[in-house]
Amino acid sequence: MREGRDAREERRRRWIDRWAHRVIFLLSLTAIVTIVLIFIFIFREALPILTDPEIQREASLRHFFHPMEGPDLASRYMWQPVALVPKYSLIPLILGTLKTTLVALGIAAPLAVAAALYTSEFAPSRIRELIKPAIELLAGIPSVVLGFFALIVLATWMHRLFGFETRLNAITAGTALALALIPIIYTVSEDALNAVPQSLREASLALGATRWQTATRVVLPAALPGVFASLVLGFGRAVGETMIVLMASGNAAITSWRFTDSVRTLAATIAAELGEVVFGSPHYHVLFFIGALLFVVTFAVNSAGVYIIHRVQRRLRGEV
Amino acid sequence: MNADSRWSRIASSTIAAVSIVVMSACSSRAPSERARAVTVKGSDTMVILGQRWAEIYMQKHPGAVIQVTGGGSGTGIAALINGTTDIAQSSRPIKPSEAEQVKAKFGVDVIETPVALDGLAVYVHESNPVSELSLAQLKAIYTGRLRNWKEVGGPDLPIVLYSRENNSGTYVYFKEHVLENADFAPAVQTLPGTAAVINAVAKDPKAIGYGGIAYGVGIKALKIKKDDASPAIAPTLENVATGRYPISRELYFYTVGKPSNPVARDFIRWVLSPEGQAIVTEVGYYPLPEEKRHEVARRWEQQE
Repeated sequence: MREGRDAREERRRRWIDRWAHRVIFLLSLTAIVTIVLIFIFIFREALPILTDPEIQREASLRHFFHPMEGPDLASRYMWQPVALVPKYSLIPLILGTLKTTLVALGIAAPLAVAAALYTSEFAPSRIRELIKPAIELLAGIPSVVLGFFALIVLATWMHRLFGFETRLNAITAGTALALALIPIIYTVSEDALNAVPQSLREASLALGATRWQTATRVVLPAALPGVFASLVLGFGRAVGETMIVLMASGNAAITSWRFTDSVRTLAATIAAELGEVVFGSPHYHVLFFIGALLFVVTFAVNSAGVYIIHRVQRRLRGEV
Repeated sequence: MNADSRWSRIASSTIAAVSIVVMSACSSRAPSERARAVTVKGSDTMVILGQRWAEIYMQKHPGAVIQVTGGGSGTGIAALINGTTDIAQSSRPIKPSEAEQVKAKFGVDVIETPVALDGLAVYVHESNPVSELSLAQLKAIYTGRLRNWKEVGGPDLPIVLYSRENNSGTYVYFKEHVLENADFAPAVQTLPGTAAVINAVAKDPKAIGYGGIAYGVGIKALKIKKDDASPAIAPTLENVATGRYPISRELYFYTVGKPSNPVARDFIRWVLSPEGQAIVTEVGYYPLPEEKRHEVARRWEQQE
């Protein structure tokens, strides 16, 4: 009698276990299905650019990348989607995205990597407990708040400091963007530095190296792939970030190499124009094409970053 | 590591709490109330005006709910076509292609109702000695042919151009009436909203920008000459109402036929009344001249 109850209890527990397993599996599947559906939707809306001759007369790959007639660079590559003859050159947008990304990485990378090196190798644990959450808290600031700060405060400071011709430009937007990249680069770099085996540090110190020598010539080189991965992830974020650049870059689609010119990025263009665009028009499909382009680039870059991190972790565990 | 997980826990619980509050706020709205709500969507230039109208109307008619949102004239008309708004506010006339879409989708003609007048002001920084420009000069500046303030009688400084985003009725109006459909120079910076343009101009002595007169606080609005021979006209109430100021336009409501919602119908009738038009002045735009108002109100009543 007693054994019968135990067996029933056991069966009941197994049943719950099995169902919990299935529910959790389904939930995790939802995430994957969602990504796949988004992927399909964006590419389906972008496809007419490559297939529909009606759309292609106004917007095709040739319009995106081929120069028009014009006296200078800026007039050969133009983004003027609302015009009698719409002009859909993606060159100024791609150039603008690269310029802000370059500025942002140029500022964020040295700062974040140096901060990671300091907290993992030099800082006493009390200071470390203060710096680490503070930097990570930076990741929690909504990007629209960072953008607003950049538009109202940062742009004015930098305009006074450097005397830019245009108040909102690639450098201002890149600087604001750097604030969003620092936590990403810092967190991943710090993890990579912490993952370097203690035995390496001890060996270096035992051989008479100073702490500085140990940090820069032993620990940092050992963690280099992880640090590189953090920069790759930062790049992915910078390319896709929308709100900060929308507010702080001035959004002028100028084809030029000068970093003090105002820029318009791919992501900001979608945000600014998709709300109004006529459903199914060439302009609409062009914006989705840009979205697909961003999706592919950030997906590839982020996958590469994650792949490198996995490789490093396995190597440090001695599995490769 | 410890601190790390603590922060992420705090962050995730905050997100959870916020989303619960938001969800409950959305679901607590009674369905009957939602059924009666009139939505008004469109032009950013008209948002303040629309909200003020809605506010006063709702005070006078307890129980009526009117929700006004912006997004740009194009956004409002797109919403009208998609059937997601009762009234579209627009600072530009509807395009024939858009009107056709409404007709094709609902089988009814779109009704255009002018509700107010607006002058487009051209702003410069307070310290800029330039006080007037002709339409031709303005066109040359915004298409990038004139690039220095000294070419229009100002200091030897480059001109920094500000504009609205291309989803705004103000952008389209400026492009059609001032640039005569020529393209904006690539160096034109586009900012989201007239307030952002004003903010940028107020901070940069080299800047020029344009937008609705209602927003014009803290900067200098230029006098505009229709051509070199005409006098320079300031964007004032009388000059816009009499049509002397060269860059003025009508602001519209668009509806799909006469709306079936009685609140929407009564709201529009009220906006066209002397009482509704008085609010236009209060907000800083220009009421329809009395004759025009009568005509528009009569036309509205005669619609089926």
